[in-house]
Formats: sequence, C-alpha cells, structure tokens
Amino acid sequence: MESVGVVIVSHSPKVAEGAADMVRQMVGEEVPLAWTGGNPSGGLGTDVGQIMSAIDRAWSNAGVVILVDLGGAETNSEMAIEMLPDERRAKVLVCNAPLVEGAVVAATEAAGGSSVETVRQTAEEYSAR
Amino acid sequence: MQDAVSLRAALVKAVAEVVGSHADELTALDQAIGDGDHGINMKRGFEAVAADAAALCAKPWPDFLKSVGTTLVMKVGGASGPLYGTLFMAMGKEMPENPTAADLPRAFRAAILAVQARGKAERGHKTMLDVLIPVAEALESGIYETDKIAAAAHAAAEATKPIKAVRGRASFLGDRSIGHMDPGARSSALLIEAVSGILENE
Repeated sequence: MESVGVVIVSHSPKVAEGAADMVRQMVGEEVPLAWTGGNPSGGLGTDVGQIMSAIDRAWSNAGVVILVDLGGAETNSEMAIEMLPDERRAKVLVCNAPLVEGAVVAATEAAGGSSVETVRQTAEEYSAR
Repeated sequence: MQDAVSLRAALVKAVAEVVGSHADELTALDQAIGDGDHGINMKRGFEAVAADAAALCAKPWPDFLKSVGTTLVMKVGGASGPLYGTLFMAMGKEMPENPTAADLPRAFRAAILAVQARGKAERGHKTMLDVLIPVAEALESGIYETDKIAAAAHAAAEATKPIKAVRGRASFLGDRSIGHMDPGARSSALLIEAVSGILENE
C-alpha cells in the first residue's frame, strides 16, 4: 500500500523547506514529500504552477494532502487542485491545520498507511486540540 | 464598432494600463490592511496578459476569457490570482462565441458566483465582491450606460471603508480594518471602469 503524499506550501520558500526538513527528520523517508514557496517572481507568495508541480513530485496513488500557511496559499492550492487532471483531483485535499505541526502529524499518519481522508482528519484534529 | 479581435486587444490594453498606473496605490491600500502585495501582484498578472495579447486576442470570446483567467491564475502569485482568474475563466464558460449585450449580465453573475465559491466570501465581507455584486445588479436591472456602471463601481469600493473585514488577511486586523478601502474592491472598480470605457462605443 502506497503512503499518502504530503505537500507543504508557504509564502516563504525558507519556511516551506524548513518544515519539510522537520518532517523528514521526524518521520523519515517513506512518505512522498514536496515543498514549494514564493511567487512567480521569487518574492513572498505562492505560485499555482509550482504547487501543481509539487503535487506531482509528492504524488501517490493513495492521494496527497497539502498543508498551507496563510490565505493566498490556501486559495492558490485549491486552484492548483482544480487544474489537475480529473483522475487526480479528488485525491488531493487541503488540510485546515497549522503548517509545521500539521505536516508532521499528517506525514506520521500517512506513514501508517492511512487513507487521504484519515490523514487530513488527523492533521486537522491535532490543530483543534 | 470595431471587429472582435481589435475589441479584445483594446480591452487587454486598457486593463493592463489601469492596473499598471494604479499599482502603487493598490499596494498602499494593501499595506494598510493586507500584506502589501496587491499592486505588484496584479501588475505582474496583467503584464503577462498584455505580453501575450496577440495570441490571446486571436481566440474567440470564450477561449480568450478563459486564457486570460488562466494567465492571471498562474502569474499573479497571491490570492487575487485565483479570484480574478476564476472571474475571467467562469465568464469564458458562460459567454457564447458571438455575445450580445444581453449575455453580459448572465455571464457576469455566473462568474461572481464562481468567485464567491473560490473565496468562500459573501457580500459585506469587505472584498472585491462588494463591488462586483452591485455592478451585476445594475446590469441586471438594465443599466448599460458605462458612466453609470463605472460610478456605481467606485461608489461601491468607497463603501467598503466602514466595513470590518471577515475574509483574507485583513480579517486578522479585526476592528483595525475599519476605515480603509479594500484593495480588491478598488482594483475591481478600476477594472470595471477600464472595461466600461472600451465597451462604451460597442
């Protein structure tokens, strides 16, 4: 059974990369993981094309969850999901959870072989505590 | 009347110019209650549209509008990319190849519903919708005079000042968002005025 993939989307590439480093150290290598940050000019922001490419890098047939920081990261992630091919779209979910904690919790749950819905739910429940 | 390709080219030029010439103002509005990137983001998006104008304008109305929307989605870099992108893409879905004035209110309303869904916002949340919805209502009530439409858009943008933001980063400010015009409402009013100016003779 493939693990659900995790994508980290921040306005800042440094935040996204740092969060991904923490996931790797705490959870290990078995979960597909990708990060992206920055707008199309390299400033702070998010980039729909780059988010689509991160989803591709973290792709798993079990699906992908996305952790986002602020407003535009969420809107741009939802847009990126909508622009995916039909067969992938329903398998990608944005988590309403804090970026760093959510990514670690999601990856931990994913490493146990859970479904994409369960991975999202676990990340969101953690944030509600 | 001009042919459709020239009309599309005039529209692209007008919206790119108005966004470019107001980029600093939009950024200043966004610095007050957002993250200060609205002007630069919109400028990047509409410059990308203008740079591709020849290819975009050669497409029939539905594809033209969808491609403008896709370009904005890919190039703007902030939440306004998907929001304005969705507006244009949804209009493209609704517009026939040879639209008449009567197609405009219907397509515009459908596009606004798509933006509402994308931004999970309603009227009165201090967003671009507070300009787009009154303009849609004016069109639906048969008002087509372009100066009236532009005036309605600017009045609606002005009316976002006393509203307390509930969506977007401005909502983090709570009461401190009161007294500032919403940058998205301002950019919507500017775009509507620019488009109205071109459609005046059509």
